[in-house]
Amino acid sequence: MPGTPHSDRDRREMLAALGIDAADALFADIPQSLRATAMPELPPPLTEMELRDEARRVSDLNRNLDDLVCFAGGGIYDRFIPAIVGSVASRPEFVTPYTPYQPEASQGTLEAIFEYQTMISELTALPVANASLYDGATAMGEAVLMAADATGRSRALMAGALAPAARQATRTYAEASGVQIAEVPWDDASGQTDLGALAEMLGDDVACVALQQPNYFGCLEEMAEASWLAHEAGALFIAMVEPISLGVLAPPGEYAADIAVGEGQPLGLPPGFGGPLLGMFACTEQHLRRMPGRVVGRSVDADGKVAYCLTLQTREQHIRRARATSNICTNEGLCALAASVYLAAMGPQGLREAALLGAERAHELQEAMADSGLQPRFGGAFLNEFALRLPGDAEATVRALCEDGWLVGPTLGRDYPELSDCVLVAATERRTREEIAGLAEALQRAARPED
Amino acid sequence: MAEPTLFDLSQPGKRCITMPQPARAPEQYLPEGQLRAEPPALPEVSEPEIARHYARLAAWNFNVDRNFYPLGSCTMKYNPRASEAIAAEPGWARLHPATPEECMQGALRLMRDLETWLAAILGMDAVSLQPPAGAAGEFTSLRVFRAWHDSHGDTARRRVIVPDTAHGTNPASVARCGWDVTVLTSDEEGRVSPDALRDVLGDDVAAIMLTNPNTLGLFETHVLEIAEMAHEAGALMYCDGANLNALLGHARPGDMGFDAVHVNLHKTFSTPHGGGGPGSGPIAVVAKLEPFLPAPRVRRAGEGTRTTGGEGALEWDWDRPQSIGKVQAWFGNFLVAVRAWAYIRSMGAEGLRQATEDAVLAANYIRRALEGELDLPYPATCMHECVFSAKTLADERGVHAADIAKRLLDYGIHPPTMYFPLIVEEALMIEPTETESKATLDQFIAAMREILRDAAEQPDLLHEAPHTTPVRRVDEVNAARKPVLRWQKT
Repeated sequence: MPGTPHSDRDRREMLAALGIDAADALFADIPQSLRATAMPELPPPLTEMELRDEARRVSDLNRNLDDLVCFAGGGIYDRFIPAIVGSVASRPEFVTPYTPYQPEASQGTLEAIFEYQTMISELTALPVANASLYDGATAMGEAVLMAADATGRSRALMAGALAPAARQATRTYAEASGVQIAEVPWDDASGQTDLGALAEMLGDDVACVALQQPNYFGCLEEMAEASWLAHEAGALFIAMVEPISLGVLAPPGEYAADIAVGEGQPLGLPPGFGGPLLGMFACTEQHLRRMPGRVVGRSVDADGKVAYCLTLQTREQHIRRARATSNICTNEGLCALAASVYLAAMGPQGLREAALLGAERAHELQEAMADSGLQPRFGGAFLNEFALRLPGDAEATVRALCEDGWLVGPTLGRDYPELSDCVLVAATERRTREEIAGLAEALQRAARPED
Repeated sequence: MAEPTLFDLSQPGKRCITMPQPARAPEQYLPEGQLRAEPPALPEVSEPEIARHYARLAAWNFNVDRNFYPLGSCTMKYNPRASEAIAAEPGWARLHPATPEECMQGALRLMRDLETWLAAILGMDAVSLQPPAGAAGEFTSLRVFRAWHDSHGDTARRRVIVPDTAHGTNPASVARCGWDVTVLTSDEEGRVSPDALRDVLGDDVAAIMLTNPNTLGLFETHVLEIAEMAHEAGALMYCDGANLNALLGHARPGDMGFDAVHVNLHKTFSTPHGGGGPGSGPIAVVAKLEPFLPAPRVRRAGEGTRTTGGEGALEWDWDRPQSIGKVQAWFGNFLVAVRAWAYIRSMGAEGLRQATEDAVLAANYIRRALEGELDLPYPATCMHECVFSAKTLADERGVHAADIAKRLLDYGIHPPTMYFPLIVEEALMIEPTETESKATLDQFIAAMREILRDAAEQPDLLHEAPHTTPVRRVDEVNAARKPVLRWQKT
């Protein structure tokens, strides 16, 4: 067996200490009828050398972002990751510990997460943040359940222009708890949530209103007005935000959001085929004790020295069991640490520049597209992503582009049949003007195969 | 000495990363009122300061590379470097989830492989890799159960039976599913008995959740009878797979009558815990539950399907009308799955079976060595973990499980799981795993003996422990009473 620290002598000595000849005797409690009679059918073991080659052989069947120029978005972005992020986040002292339940043995992780909470609080302009949830989608599910609990109401209004995966995950979470989800339509011209429709849907059974900024189509929402409408009806306002955008855009705290959630992948995490990700979660003081997930607090040790520990654990499953605020236990701690290193490396200035560079490239892309006769589907203002209308079969165009070395997407047809001719395109600070010109040209070729 | 936070180190104008300068002012393309009034007060620090800050913090963490973690039910194995190296390869790490299926065939194949292998190991029919952690796997399974009951018009079932030895996530996941928990008392041997079950079983029961082996490290010997009773009553059987490390190659949940089981890849399959995550909690189910699994599912591309990948091509199946929906934004914690794939591929069936055997041997070796030193309320042969009690010591000397645990820190050993399972007073739950050498196990045993001797002779040494960690015992009561959850300028 590879990597075992037991020699046959070790095993013999341990068996002898137990007075048995073979470890099989230790499995005697398993009824004979349940004892495996055959090995599971698995491929034969590989040496490390063979394993590395085999893994490479399989991954070579993928085309990754070292190979494709990425204009894809939909929540996962090809942002620049400073070298210090990987260097810190791959340290075994951070990679291999358990959850920091023993504070004396975990001050490193605890202080790092305390810093992470502070950074998320700063980004969102909300006073408290937790130590992370699985991803933006499930963070939204948690937020909706928390709002239902806080208001004692059972209907949630979610923008239809909010990320489909977040809406789907929220349904999976909420409907089991008897919370009904209704979707607020978007304006066909602007791509923004229709606030008139929202006003009509609001009522005294509505627990919360959830909008995404920028929304899934990349359009900027009128968050302040939506927040005001929600509060007028006694509902909470939940903002789903993209963290890099908060380098320039008004943060949830400025428009009085009660809860902010977001997908933290752009903060120094690789795309990773969509996981692991980082669920950001922040809220007002008022809802602190309803918050899901772990939280790190600052305290002192027996000598009065500053020390950190997990706190408010009476909200959590290992103490409160069936009455916990959530069932979450393992979160995305290492991803939160990577995000902290990223935010420290970027600083407020770097974050702003990354946000603005992405936005600038996206607008240049839009202009280049317009020159090729391709238009954004919606007229609303955008930051670094927009829905592009394609002539012909959008899926086929995206495939042809990929063959050519360009990645755009996701396409919108599966989640929005009425937008089946549209694809999301996004830019980050990594994209160059040459690449923009290249994509415009490639799109012209791909979208008009008859030429 | 305390390590100042990055915020304490921050000074205006310091930078780590510089960026090219944007050419346009945001006012040119963003509507008024959308811009942030004040920049976020993130730390302004240089790269050397960041590097040193985290290097210092790193030194303050216990971790599996450096320390023994006999944490019961947490399976703190060594994390093989090959798995880490493979998961970091751009072919996996830099794969965008919105890539066309033709260009993600490697990822689909890896997921398909891992699903197949887990099904074989567990004796189940279908696997979903989407749940991002163990608790998510529990919730997903219960949600699948609920969808299955609903599909039979069986909507009145509201209760889930959970033994008193269960992890807290079990009742919490039941509540998340909108159901009520009925707690089942374990018998004097520490197991679930059919007699006790009979008293609480009824036609309003949706499911029974069992951890097998349970959190006392004991195999649930009546599992088949329990499953039969459950199915007879129309309920489904759920296996919490947290303790799967006791079973690899020796027994399969699928043969025990379970309808669903979750697996913690970050326990049984050696992926790292990351100081609290990311984990991964795939679930495996019997065939009748497959239609309800989260969407999308990997399938073989065939006639009339979209993908044009040629022979053996795979694609996503999104058309899953009975699916419970999504439980993660994309396809689960994929890079964790990559590590587990690499681990299984390097171990093979025989290696996994040996790993389980060594894990069970190590737990029993510790049990035997310490059985005269601490109370052992359930003295049977254990599987991968054993549960001691410091009850006598607490009663006679005022030394508690926590005191022993904190003193272990001074020996460079992470404490066992404490005060769990709840039915054992002053519990110390020890799971050594197969990746600790006999020398390490012997050091642990020697440390425990010395600590227990000190408990009798100089109990304050334990009461005041730890003495050698970067901080002494932390005031957790104060932390909860006056929560300080973020840095503030003083």
